[in-house]
Amino acid sequence: MPPVLQVRDLQVSYYTDSGRARALDGVTLELNPGEKLGLVGESGSGKSTMALAMMRMIKPPGRIEGGQVIVGDTDLMALSEEGMRKSRLSKIAYIPQGAMNSLNPVMRIGAQMIDAIRAHNPSESRAGAQERCLSALESVDLKRGVYKMYAHELSGGMKQRVCIAISILMRPQVIIADEPTSALDVVTQRQVMETLDHIQHQLGCAIILIGHDMGLMAQFVDKVAVMYAGRLMELSSVREMFNDPKHPYAQALIRSLPSLENKGVFQGIPGLAPSLLRLPSGCAFNPRCTFVMDVCKSTVPAFLPLPPSERRVACHLYAGDAEAMSLSTRTATPTEKV
Amino acid sequence: MAPLLELKNVTKTYSRGLINRTSNTALSNISLTIDEAEPTIMTVAGESGSGKTTLAMLLLGFITPTEGTIFYKGKDISTLHGEKRMSFRREVQAVFQDPFAVFNPFYTVDHLLSVPIEKFKLAKTKAQARDKMDEALTAVGLRPDDILGRFPHQLSGGQRQRINVARALVLKPRLLIADEPVSMVDASLRANILETLRSLQRDHGVTIIYITHDLTTAYHISKSIIVLYRGGVMEAGDVDTVIKSPQHPYTRLLIDSIPWPDLSRRWGETELKAKEPEGGEKTTGCRFAPRCPYVMEQCQTPPPLFQINRTQTASCFLYGSKPELEPERLSELLPV
Amino acid sequence: MASIAVSQGQVRQPGRLALLLRYFRRNISLAIGLFVLFLLVAFTVTGLLTVDPKDAYPLAVRSKQPPSLEYPLGTDFFGRNLYAAMVVGMWQTALIGVLAGGLGTLIGTILGFVSAYFGGWTDSTIKGICQILTPIPVFLIQVVIAGSLDKRDVTIYTMAMIVVLLAWMGPTLVIRSQVLTMKERQFVSVAKLSGVSEWGVIFKEILPNLLPFIAAAFVTQVFAAVFAAFYLAVIGLGPLREPLLGNIVWAAQSQGAFFNGWWWWPTWPALAMVLILGSLALIIMGLDEFANPRVRRSE
Repeated sequence: MPPVLQVRDLQVSYYTDSGRARALDGVTLELNPGEKLGLVGESGSGKSTMALAMMRMIKPPGRIEGGQVIVGDTDLMALSEEGMRKSRLSKIAYIPQGAMNSLNPVMRIGAQMIDAIRAHNPSESRAGAQERCLSALESVDLKRGVYKMYAHELSGGMKQRVCIAISILMRPQVIIADEPTSALDVVTQRQVMETLDHIQHQLGCAIILIGHDMGLMAQFVDKVAVMYAGRLMELSSVREMFNDPKHPYAQALIRSLPSLENKGVFQGIPGLAPSLLRLPSGCAFNPRCTFVMDVCKSTVPAFLPLPPSERRVACHLYAGDAEAMSLSTRTATPTEKV
Repeated sequence: MAPLLELKNVTKTYSRGLINRTSNTALSNISLTIDEAEPTIMTVAGESGSGKTTLAMLLLGFITPTEGTIFYKGKDISTLHGEKRMSFRREVQAVFQDPFAVFNPFYTVDHLLSVPIEKFKLAKTKAQARDKMDEALTAVGLRPDDILGRFPHQLSGGQRQRINVARALVLKPRLLIADEPVSMVDASLRANILETLRSLQRDHGVTIIYITHDLTTAYHISKSIIVLYRGGVMEAGDVDTVIKSPQHPYTRLLIDSIPWPDLSRRWGETELKAKEPEGGEKTTGCRFAPRCPYVMEQCQTPPPLFQINRTQTASCFLYGSKPELEPERLSELLPV
Repeated sequence: MASIAVSQGQVRQPGRLALLLRYFRRNISLAIGLFVLFLLVAFTVTGLLTVDPKDAYPLAVRSKQPPSLEYPLGTDFFGRNLYAAMVVGMWQTALIGVLAGGLGTLIGTILGFVSAYFGGWTDSTIKGICQILTPIPVFLIQVVIAGSLDKRDVTIYTMAMIVVLLAWMGPTLVIRSQVLTMKERQFVSVAKLSGVSEWGVIFKEILPNLLPFIAAAFVTQVFAAVFAAFYLAVIGLGPLREPLLGNIVWAAQSQGAFFNGWWWWPTWPALAMVLILGSLALIIMGLDEFANPRVRRSE
C-alpha cells in the first residue's frame, strides 16, 4: 500500500537580523494510511516549523527552500496558492498549538464550522453542511447542542475537541496535531487523546502528533521520530524507541523519563540545544554526545535505514551497519566537509 | 515557636455580578501548618479550577481569604506592616510557571536578580551582588557571561526558567512556592530544575510547596501530597502511599490518566466517566459526585475527611467507617 | 549529576545602527515621517538663525513681491517677508504643538495611571468623565471659546490651552487601558515579591514599558494641537498679529490673493501645513506598529 504522506528533503530557513536560521535541514519521512507518528523534540528543534511547512503556512522571514510534501499523489509544494488553499483541511488538516484559543469568540461554534466547509464547498447546501458539522461534533463526543454555543461557554478540553471536529470536517487524509493537550490537565488530556484515537479509527486517516511528552507518545503513537536542531535523528516504531533507542540523543531522552520505580533518580541531558543560527559542524548533537567521535565533528551523518527493521538513524555509530543507501539527495551544506 | 506559616480554616470565594450574585468557591476550609524546623517538599496537586493557584496567591499574601486567617509566625498577615512585612516577603518566595512572564521586558535579565538583592540587602557592594548572581547562575548550570546583560527575548525558555530558579537560590527563603515550575520547560531540563529545588530543601533548609498537575514529577520530588478538586481536599498524605495506592476515586482517576512512558502501563483501567460538568453546576454535596463512578445517596452531603491510616486521609464516604479527621488536623498526617 | 554549562558560541548580534536601519526599511512610514519632520525642523532652525524676525510682521519690507532672489518666498500685501513669516510661523506652530501636546500627554498619563492603578471610585470617576466628554464636538467648543475671547487675549498660549481643554481624554483612556493590563502581569507580582514598593512598581516597573504608548499619545496630541491651531487661525480666530501659518492663509484669503495673482502668498503656508501634518501622521502610524508587538513584523 503506498504511503499516504511522503516528506522528502524539506528545507526551511528563517532570515533574521542575526542571520539565517536553518529551522529544517533536509527532513525526510513517510507515513502509511492509518498510521500514527509522534514527532518529538525540544523547543527550537523545528517540530512546529515542520507542521507549518507541510501546510505551506510559513510566513516571512521564513521561507521554504526545498523539498516535497506528497499527500496521496499530490505534491503540495508544487500546487498554486489556490490549489494549496483547497488542499488545506480537505487533504491535510492542522490543529495548531493552543488551538482552543484560536476559536472566534464572537461567533457560535456552528457558524465557524460552516465557514470552514463553505471555504471548500461553496455550493454545499446549508442543511448538508450543518449535518456534517453535527456528526463531526458527535464523533468527538460532544453534544449536538455545542453547535449553538460560544467558545467561552466551553471548557478547555471541550474547545480542543471542537478544534479536532473542525479538522475532520472535510475528511482529510492526514491530520497534524501540534501539542494538542499542552494546556490541559491529565484527565482532560486523556479524554482528548482518546477522542483523537477514535476519530482516527473512524476516518482511517494518518496522524502526526507533535509534542515533547514521551509518555503521551507511548500511549498513543505507532512510530516515533526524534528531531534535533532541525534534523531527524531517529525514526523507529514506538516499541523499538522505548526498548532499544539507537541514537544517543534518543537514548538520553528515554533515560531522563521519570518512572514509578526509581524514585528520586533524575537524569537530565547536560548542555544546551544549539542555536539554529550557528549549528555545530558535522552532527548537530556532537557537543553533548557521550559517544562522540572525530567524524561526528566534521560530517553530517546521513539518515539511513537500519535493517532488518524499517527504522532509521542519523548517527555515525551505525553508518557502517546500515546500507549505504542515502534516502535524501542533499546538496552539500557549508558545514559538511566531504 | 510559632510555625512559619499557618492557614486556619481558610476559605476563598469569588462573587460576581451586582444584581444576581453568583459566587464561586475557589478554596473551601483549608487548614495547613508549615513548620520551619522541618523543611520538606509538599505537593499540592490538582487540575485547573482546583484552587491550587488560589492557594499559592493566599500563601504569598497577594489575596486575602474570605473566611479564616493566615498566620505568619503567629501574626495575621493582613496586619503586617513595614519591617515585619518585609521580613515576610523575604522569607516567603515563589517560582512561577511561565518563564517569560516574570521578566520585565524593558530590562535585562539581571534585573530579576539584582532587585531582590538590593531590596533585601543581601549584598553590601556591587561586587558582592555580582558574585552572588554568578554563584546562583552557575549552580543552575548557566554561564553568567552568556546570560547577564541579555534581554529576556534573547534567551531560550529553558534558560529563563533556570534564571527564575537562580533567583530563589539567591534569596534562600524559608518557604518557596513553586507553581508548576517545569510544566513549560522541556523534558531534558526538568531534571535539572527539580534537582535544584531538591538541593534547596536538603542543603539550605527551604520548605517547598510544589504546585502541579503532573503527578510523576510530584512523586519524585516530594514527601507529602494534597490532592485538590474544585476547592476541596480530596486526598492527602504520604506521597508514596497516595500515588501507589490511591483511595479517593478522583485520585484514582488522576493516577490512571497519567501517560506513563512505559508501554506496559496503558491508559484505561478506570472507566473514564469524566464528562466535564457543563457550566457552573451547583453541587451541594461532594464536589466530585457528578463524575464519580461510585457515587451513592450519601454523597449529596459533603463528606468530611476520613483517616485511612497514619499517613493518608481521603474525603469520601466509601471510607465512612474510618475515623473522621477535623480539617484543622490535616497537617498532622503529612510526613516531613 | 554533572551540570555542564556549555557555552552557546556567541551568535553575533548586529550593531545597533544596523538594526535601526533595518527596522526603518521595514517600517517605512516611520522612516519617511521622521525624515520629513527632520527637514522641517532643519528649515526652521536655520531660518531662525539667519532671519530677522521683525521681517515676519507687517510693514517690514516692500509688499506684494513675487518670489525672487531677494525675497525667496515673496512678500505679502502687508509687507511681510514670507520667508521670515514661514520661519517664525513654523516655530510658533511647533511651540503650540509641543506645549499643548506635552501638557495633554502629561495630564493623560497621570490620570490614566492613577485611574488604573488605584481602581475603585477613582477609576470610575475619571473614566466616567472621559467618556462623557469624548463625544463633545471639539471643533465647535474651540470655535466658541476662541470666538468669545477678547482679540487681545488670544495669544499662542491661550490657543494651546484651548486645545488641551478637550484633548486630554484620549491619552488618559489609552494609558489607563495599558496600565490595567500591565499591572496584572507577572513581572509586577515578582517585583512585589522582591520587595519593591508600590511607587517603585509604578515608576520602575510599569512606566518604562509605557514609553512607546506615551510617545504615541504625545505625537497624536501634537498633531491635534497643530491642526487645531491651523484651522482656528484659518477662520480668523487666531492671534492675528502673529505669522501663524493659518493666519497667513486667512489673511491671504481675505485679501483675495488668488484673484490678485499673488499665488505665492497662501501656497507656502498650505504646503508647509500639509508636510507637517503628513509627517506627524506617518510617525503616528509608524509608532503604532512599533508599540504593538503583535503588529510589529518579526524581529
